[in-house]
Amino acid sequence: MKFVDEYRDRDRVRTLTEGLRRITTKPHTVMEICGGQTHAIVKFGIDELLPEGVSLVHGPGCPVCVTPVELIDKAIAIAQRPGVILCSFGDMLRVPGSHIDLLGAKASGADVRMVYSPLDAVKMAKKHPDKEVVFFAVGFETTAPANALAVVQAKREGLKNFSLLSSHVLVPPAMRAILASEVCAVQGFLAAGHVCTVMGFTEYEPIASEFHAPIVVTGFEPVDILHGIFLCVRQLEEGRAAVENEYVRSVTREGNLSAQAIIKEVFEVTARKWRGLGEIPASGLGLREDYAFYDADRRFELTGYTAEECKECIAGQILRGLKKPHECLAFGMRCTPEHPLGAPMVSSEGACAAYFRYKRHA
Amino acid sequence: MCLAVPGEIVSIDESDPLIRNARVSFGGMLKEVSLAMTPEATAGQYVLVHAGLAISVVDEDEAAQILKDLEQIAALEEAEEPAA
Ligand code: SF4
Repeated sequence: MKFVDEYRDRDRVRTLTEGLRRITTKPHTVMEICGGQTHAIVKFGIDELLPEGVSLVHGPGCPVCVTPVELIDKAIAIAQRPGVILCSFGDMLRVPGSHIDLLGAKASGADVRMVYSPLDAVKMAKKHPDKEVVFFAVGFETTAPANALAVVQAKREGLKNFSLLSSHVLVPPAMRAILASEVCAVQGFLAAGHVCTVMGFTEYEPIASEFHAPIVVTGFEPVDILHGIFLCVRQLEEGRAAVENEYVRSVTREGNLSAQAIIKEVFEVTARKWRGLGEIPASGLGLREDYAFYDADRRFELTGYTAEECKECIAGQILRGLKKPHECLAFGMRCTPEHPLGAPMVSSEGACAAYFRYKRHA
Repeated sequence: MCLAVPGEIVSIDESDPLIRNARVSFGGMLKEVSLAMTPEATAGQYVLVHAGLAISVVDEDEAAQILKDLEQIAALEEAEEPAA
């Protein structure tokens, strides 16, 4: 496929790994923020191609993984009400809540459906005027325009039976939280190419200079990822800390202005709790007052939800890049994709599931 | 989650700008995609699609330029090789 195959080309991969070996004179630790990149890195074995001393740690960039347990409990509670159709992306349906997951709720009679796009949920609301259709909207900035567009369309069509349970998270505040923490192992970042496709990368410029950490906007194919690592290591070797863009075929400095406009129209920045990282100020998106009607949280008046995260699960340390999945005592034993204890084992973009799937235990 | 896949626009239905639906081919598989956030996109171009929505038009010139940059890394290497 065009724009895919040329970025999986062996010769280009070799050029980059050799180039990287040539420029590396000391150890460096680089974090890839995005779970999609984590998945590709483990799948293609990219971390095994790196010269000694250059190591990758996996960041918090899996929205499914950072969605707190109580929000999953809320989604389950909504799904269990009569007359509700709850829909979400496939990964979300298998994340364990306090007692069951959404698929478990479905098995015991709740109407839970997987959709490919939030726009499909709007169509479903139109088709079933006698039902309440709730879309469990998780995601980073990449997904926010699609979710915002769904709300705008529902409003325009006068749909009264559509709402969003929003668990939107933003990348730059999480990066700051990681860099500002006392135990920070990360020297440079690969920024998430699709988040930046929407948002551009001006937000990252102050972070790079404040923490003196290079940030390279990077795509998702092996050549993209190796190129991103190459540019990041080159900066670290030269003592620079700038924002560079490797993913120029999709990302501009300003990003997609139409997409940013619709996000701003529908959502406002709020504090958000991240699984494993705790509450981070100004790190999420919630519906604006003008769109409060479409807020499932208000429509279903869900209050008093708190939940404990599984004690054994070290997802918090994994999401901060302090530990690798196989260092968790439960990994592959009590915790598997069939019986996940924590979210990073559920989503295919979670570091634990990626390690498990590709049989990487070291 | 943030997966976005490049596909080629086959045809565009311009009747509703807020939806601006297109048929997009992903290696031959056709899907309906909203181009509401890429008003500049035209048939024959590639778009990156996430959750049913195109989030960018793939810039062919930039794509070609980057692959050229990589050739330079390779050329540098060959130039340095004999000295090593
Ligand atoms: S292996 Fe399971 S229990 Fe351990 S950190 Fe990963 S998700 Fe949590």
